[in-house]
Amino acid sequence: MKNLTIPEEEYMLPGHTACLGCGATLAMRYTLKALGKNTIITIPACCWAVIPGVYPSRTLEVPLLYTAFEVTGAAVSGIRQALSAKGIEDVNVVGFAGDGGTADIGIQSLSGAVERGEDIFYIMYDNEAYMNTGIQRSSSTPKGAWTTTTQVGKVRDWKKEKKKNMVEIMAAHGIPYTATASIAFPEDFIKKLEKGKKIKGPKFYHVFSTCPTGWLVSPNKSVEVARLAVDSKVFPLYEVENGIYNITYMPKKEVSVKEYFSLQGRFRHLTEDEINEIQKEVDESWRILIEKEKWSKSLIKV
Amino acid sequence: MIFMMKMLTGNYASAWGAKLARVKVVAAYPITPQTTIVEKIAEFIANGEFEGRYIRVESEHSAMAACIAAENTGVRTFTATSSQGLALMHEMLHWASGARLPIVMSVVNRALGPPWSIWSDQQDTISQRDTGWIQIYTENNQEVLDSIIMAYRIAENENVLLPIMVIEDAFILSHTMEPVEIPEQEKVDMFLPEYDPRYKLDPAVPMGFGSLVMPEGPFMEYKFKGQEAMENAMNIIDEVDMLYKENFGRSYGGTVEEYRLDGAENVLVIMGSVASTAKDVVDKLRNEGKNVGLVRIRSFRPFPYKRLRYILKNRKSVGVFDRSYTFGYGGALFTEVRSTLYGLSTPVKGYIGGLGGRDITTGLLEKIFMDIIRIGNEGIDRDYEWVGLIGDKRW
Amino acid sequence: MNEFPTPIATVPSTSNKTGGWRTFRPVILYDKCIRCMICWKFCPEPAIKIVSAEKYQAKNAAIAKLDAPEIDYDYCKGCGICANECPVKCIDMVFEEKLEG
Repeated sequence: MKNLTIPEEEYMLPGHTACLGCGATLAMRYTLKALGKNTIITIPACCWAVIPGVYPSRTLEVPLLYTAFEVTGAAVSGIRQALSAKGIEDVNVVGFAGDGGTADIGIQSLSGAVERGEDIFYIMYDNEAYMNTGIQRSSSTPKGAWTTTTQVGKVRDWKKEKKKNMVEIMAAHGIPYTATASIAFPEDFIKKLEKGKKIKGPKFYHVFSTCPTGWLVSPNKSVEVARLAVDSKVFPLYEVENGIYNITYMPKKEVSVKEYFSLQGRFRHLTEDEINEIQKEVDESWRILIEKEKWSKSLIKV
Repeated sequence: MIFMMKMLTGNYASAWGAKLARVKVVAAYPITPQTTIVEKIAEFIANGEFEGRYIRVESEHSAMAACIAAENTGVRTFTATSSQGLALMHEMLHWASGARLPIVMSVVNRALGPPWSIWSDQQDTISQRDTGWIQIYTENNQEVLDSIIMAYRIAENENVLLPIMVIEDAFILSHTMEPVEIPEQEKVDMFLPEYDPRYKLDPAVPMGFGSLVMPEGPFMEYKFKGQEAMENAMNIIDEVDMLYKENFGRSYGGTVEEYRLDGAENVLVIMGSVASTAKDVVDKLRNEGKNVGLVRIRSFRPFPYKRLRYILKNRKSVGVFDRSYTFGYGGALFTEVRSTLYGLSTPVKGYIGGLGGRDITTGLLEKIFMDIIRIGNEGIDRDYEWVGLIGDKRW
Repeated sequence: MNEFPTPIATVPSTSNKTGGWRTFRPVILYDKCIRCMICWKFCPEPAIKIVSAEKYQAKNAAIAKLDAPEIDYDYCKGCGICANECPVKCIDMVFEEKLEG
C-alpha cells in the first residue's frame, strides 16, 4: 500500500546535474508527473538547458527540443501546428522556461503564442534571476534582492523595482487558464495541470522555484523557503480561469515578509524600514488579489 | 501533357512553389517586399487550396523559430522574408542549419537600413553567408517557382539536410509579372515524396535535440558533418537541376549558369535578375566582335569553386559584380571568385553597384565589360571599385 | 557520435552517479519513520525510491503495511530537503567523512 499524494510515475531521471536542492528540478518533476508520457517539451537557454547533462545525456523520459533563449512561445507553436498538421491532437506540448526567458527576452514570442490561442502548456519556473549565467537581475527578481547585477555595495544598489506579474499579463491576453504554483505545494500544482489538460488553448503556469545557490539559501531549506513565500503572501497561489480569479490556498498562519526573508542571504542587507515598506506592498497586493477574486466571481452569470 | 500558364509575380511564383511542395507548416511575418508571398498563401488557405497550417507569428525571429520546431516535429515547412526581417532571424538561421533541418525559405533581396530602403540589393542575404544555409539566387519568376520545388528535393536529401534560401530580387522579380508555367501537382508529388525524417520529436522516443556539447565532445565533428553536407550539396544541386529537366523540361545550370562562354576571353560573374540585363549586353558586344561571356552564380553557398575554376581558368580577364558591400574590402562574390582563381594569372576585378535599388543599366554593364576587356589587355588597375555613384563621370 | 547528422541526446542520465557530490548523507531511522512519503515527494533528483513494506521494520502495525521510502545513494546529492521536510524528524544528516572513517 502506498501513501502518496502525487502520481507515482517518474518521467525525470536521477543523475542530472542540477545544484543541490534545486527548485527548478522539482517544477519539472511535478510537471511531467501530471502531464505524463504523451508529452513533447521544449526548453530554451536557462538552467534546464544544462540540467539534463552534457551530450549524449538525457534526463527526461519525453522528447526534448532545446532552443534559443527568446523563442519558447514560437517553438511550442511550431510543434503544436506540426502535430496538428499530422492529425495528432492528444500530445501535450510544453514550453518550459525560466523567468528571464519568459518575462524578459521571451515575452514577445510568448505573447504571440497566447494571443494566437495555441493549444499548449507554458511553464515559467521562476527562480527570480538569471541563475544559469550566475544570478543576474531579471524583471522577475523581487524588490529588495541582491543579485550580481544589483549589488548592495556602498550606495545600496539592490533591486528597487517590483517583480513583474506574469499571471496578470497572461490574464490580460484573455488566456483560458493561468495560475501560480509553488514547488512547496505539488498537489496544488498538479491539480492545476490536470485542470489545464481539459482546457483547449494556451495554459500558463508561473511556478515559484527556489534557487538555493542564487538566493543564498541552505539547500535543505529550498522547499521551506518556497512554503514561506506562499504563507507570507509574497507569492500567493491562485488561478485565473477565463478572467475569474480563484485563490487556491489560503495561508493558515501569519508569516511576515521578514520571516520569509530571514532564511535568504539575498535580502540580508535590508533594514527594518525597508522590509516594512515591502511588507506594506505585499499586504496591499494581497488585499487587491482578494478583491479581484470577489469582484470577478461576482461577474459570473448564474 | 497539360500546361498551365499563369501571369505571376516572383512572389506569387514562390507561393505557388510552396503550395505545390505540399508544405505542412508556414510561419511568416509581413515585410515589404516579401509580403505578397504570404498573402498569396493566406489566400490559398482561405480558399481551401492549401493543406498546410499558417502560423501568423509576431516576428521573423519567431517565424524561423516556429519553422525549426515544426520541422523538428517531422513536417515540411516554409517561410519567407526580406532584409531587416532576415537580419532579425540571424540567430535562428544558425540554429536551423546546426540542427540540420531542411527548411526552405523564400528571400526577397532588399537593402538594409539605414537609410531606409525597400529596394533591391543583395546585402541582406550576403550578410547571412556563414549561417550554414544553401543560397540559390534566381533570375526570373519561372526559376523562382522551379527553384522552390528543387530546393526541397535538395534540402531533404539524406546527404544534405541543410536549409535553403531561394532568393529573388525585390520588385524586379517580386512584383513584376511574367508568364510562369505551373507544373502539374501529380508530377510534383512524384518528384517530391512526402517528407518523413528518420528522427523527429515523438513521445514514443525520448531524445534531446540540441543539447550541450563540451569542447572535448563532438561539437567540431558535427560542424564538420555540416561542411561535408555543403560539399555534397554542390553535386546534388547540379544533379537535381538535371533531374528537374527530365521531369519538367527546364534547367538552370545547377550551381552555375554559363552564358556564351564559347571562346569568351573576358567574363563577367554576376548573381540575380541583373544577369538578364547582362546577357543582352553580352549579345550586343558579341555582335560587335568582342569575346565576352557571362557566368551567373546560382549557388553562392555552397560556392561552386571547382566548377568555377574550371570554367574561368583560361580566360583573359574576369570581372565580378557585387550588389552588396563589405566596408573595408571588395564585395563578397568578388573575394570568393578571386580566391577560387588563386594561383592563376587571370586578372580579377570587383565592381560594386546597384545598391538600394539603384538601376543597373545596360550602359553601366557595357562600361564594366569594356573595363574587363581593358584589364585583360593592360593588367589590373585596382582590386575593386564602386560603380554608378552619382556624379562619377567614369561610370 | 551517433548516426544522426546533429547531436541527439539518447543516453539516460542514470549513468551519471551524482552520489559522489554528497557531503552529508541522509539516513532514515526506520523505527521512527511513518512512511508518509513526504521525503520522496520533495526529492529534487529524485533519489528516493518506494520499496515494499516488508523491507524495513516499522514503528507500528498500521505503518508496517505501507510501502517505505529508501534513499538511493548512487544519486542522492545530500541536499537535505528530505530531512528538513520530514514531519517526524526521522532522517539524520550524517557527515560522509565520519561514515567513511
